Amino acid sequence: MPLQAYLTLAAVVFCLGLFGTVTRRNTVGILLGIELMLNAVNINFVAFSRFHGNDAGMIFTLFAICITVAEVALGLAIVILLFRTRKTATADHVDWLKG
Amino acid sequence: MTMDPVTLVLVALLLPAASALVIGVMPPLRRAGRTAAWFSIACIAASLTSAILAWRAFHGDGAGEPIRAAWSWLPSAHGPFATVGVLVDSTSTTMLLLVTLVATLVQIYSTCYLSDEPSPALGRYYGLQSLFAFSMMGVVIAPNLLQLFICWELVGVCSCLLIGFWYRKPEAARAALKAFWTTKLGDVGLLIGIVLLQRATGTFDLVELRHLAEVQQIPLAGLSIITFCLYMGAAGKSAQFPLHVWLPDAMEGPTPVSALIHAATMVTAGVYLLVRTDWLFALTPNVLAIVCWNGAFTALLAATLACVQTDIKRVLAYSTVSQLGYMMAAIGAGFASCGFFHLLTHGVFKALLFLGAGAVIHAVGSNDVADMGGLAKKMPQTAIVFLIGTLSLAGIPLFAGYASKEAVLGSVWVGGFHIPFFLLLFSAFLTAFYMFRVVFLAFFGASDIGHRTSDIDRAAPGDSHDTAHHAHGHAHDPSHLHDAPLPMTGPLWVLGLIALGIGLYFTVRPPDHPEFEAVRWLSPAAIGMGLGGILLAYLTYQREAISADALASAFAPIRTAALHKFWLDDIYVGLYRHVLLAFSRAIGWIDRYLVDGVLNVISAWTLDGGDRLRRMQTGKVQDYVWAVGLGLLALMAWIGVTW
Repeated sequence: MPLQAYLTLAAVVFCLGLFGTVTRRNTVGILLGIELMLNAVNINFVAFSRFHGNDAGMIFTLFAICITVAEVALGLAIVILLFRTRKTATADHVDWLKG
Repeated sequence: MTMDPVTLVLVALLLPAASALVIGVMPPLRRAGRTAAWFSIACIAASLTSAILAWRAFHGDGAGEPIRAAWSWLPSAHGPFATVGVLVDSTSTTMLLLVTLVATLVQIYSTCYLSDEPSPALGRYYGLQSLFAFSMMGVVIAPNLLQLFICWELVGVCSCLLIGFWYRKPEAARAALKAFWTTKLGDVGLLIGIVLLQRATGTFDLVELRHLAEVQQIPLAGLSIITFCLYMGAAGKSAQFPLHVWLPDAMEGPTPVSALIHAATMVTAGVYLLVRTDWLFALTPNVLAIVCWNGAFTALLAATLACVQTDIKRVLAYSTVSQLGYMMAAIGAGFASCGFFHLLTHGVFKALLFLGAGAVIHAVGSNDVADMGGLAKKMPQTAIVFLIGTLSLAGIPLFAGYASKEAVLGSVWVGGFHIPFFLLLFSAFLTAFYMFRVVFLAFFGASDIGHRTSDIDRAAPGDSHDTAHHAHGHAHDPSHLHDAPLPMTGPLWVLGLIALGIGLYFTVRPPDHPEFEAVRWLSPAAIGMGLGGILLAYLTYQREAISADALASAFAPIRTAALHKFWLDDIYVGLYRHVLLAFSRAIGWIDRYLVDGVLNVISAWTLDGGDRLRRMQTGKVQDYVWAVGLGLLALMAWIGVTW
């Protein structure tokens, strides 16, 4: 399989993630979008690593996965707290920073 | 006794300073009043003794070279920038004599004149008197213009504070401020002149400047401006037209203060400054001509004003202005020594006149000659000394003013200023007239104290008297009027005898002025004018052969103008209200609406812009994602374009 196939896949996944992030009203959905974008990047890393025969990309991907886990944990914690205090999980209802 | 003149002069200078300091920093002494008075008198009397000794020590060995003792004060890379010290020469020691003499007599006189004052006020008075004596002597002996200027300002402050001695009286407070600010206007000129002179020559020192002038090393370019600036200062202090308006108002102060500061010493400081720097003025004949013309004009103007005043102190005040004009005219004509001579004799007899007027005011309780009359019988001693002073002022032979006034007239004629000469000659006539008008009205004629109100001119509107403070505690019963006690009559007699002595001495041995000998008609003309003035006053106010009302109506326009002080005060008030305040209002408008306006518009725009930009912040997290994404795209596009 050529490199372009992996890159195309990654680009499609990234666009899906971005689309989800900017259009979903539910905060959990936004988190999912972010996950998709991160994984698209991971696919790029792995693909380039494989084609260039350089293991650094693989290692970097492992780190990224670890950080993503932590990030998801934090994000979900925020969502849960938000739901507890505001009785909502909809992003549009959270506009305390409105100028 | 052969002591160093410099030491003696320093002692004379520092004793009153010590007195002022001690009275100033020791409130118990100040509140004690009488004690402070005697302490101050002791100091000034010792100072007088020292001044006499200094005069003798200096003149003992034939009035040699000026002695200058200077200590460096402000250091700079090329020797001291400014020094302090004393300059002992014939002029300064003689002037020192006059200052200490009059100051001593006035301080003794004041113990009685101000005996009704509360003790703290008396202590304050004597502290200021001591400070004034020190500052005035500082002006007299200053060896450089910087020290002179400092003492000059101190003198002005003392004058202001002493005019406003009765500061609870609104007129006195206003007069004090008027005196201060009017002289300050001239002082600004003086300061500018001193600084310009220092920049042109590199020194403040009078001896060095004189040396430079003698070897013609003073740059003549712009020197006229410098000397004119110096003259401005002198005109302010010495009450020359148009800055003379403060002196008549200064009569709100106690009469002894008027005698010391506004007759004998401070007002002559301007004349003294010009005497001190006559070699500098000699380089600028155009400025000297201004000095002469303005002096003569001032003399005539003030003499006219004096003729219509009914307040005895105001008559004397205008007469002082007039005589200062004489001195200035002589200096302007190039004979500074004649001006200085008149300064000395005038200092003695005008102090005498003021103290005599003070004795009368003290007894009668009013400044207005309409409230006096026939005082010669009740106060014979005062009448005699007052008459001596008046005859001196009128320039009658055997009295002090004769020789000096003639010297002034002679110098103006010989100097080639013929029109000012005739102005001064006519002023001499008016001088004799207005002084004898006061004498006849106050000392002779009917004794009708308190009920004559209509037959002579009432004071001009706005005039006021310093009688409020004498009225209490005195029973002004006409039958109980008598001469003042010894502390007041003593100084009067001393001054009277000195005036007489000077007059006799110079009548017998006229001062040596060969150039005036050529003008043979001068002496008869001057004496004739004086006698003519006396005669007119006699006929009008004693014999009543000429009706005073007829005389008044004959000169109605001038009289009206003089009663309004030639509208000078009104002009100044008008200038202040309509020009200065209007200018301030215009500046205020510019500041409020143009300067502030620009700032207000900018700040309003900023606020408005902030308000509009605020709406960008929706607070919704996805809008920020959009912004980040689009921003990133824009950045990438931009990078792509530039590559």
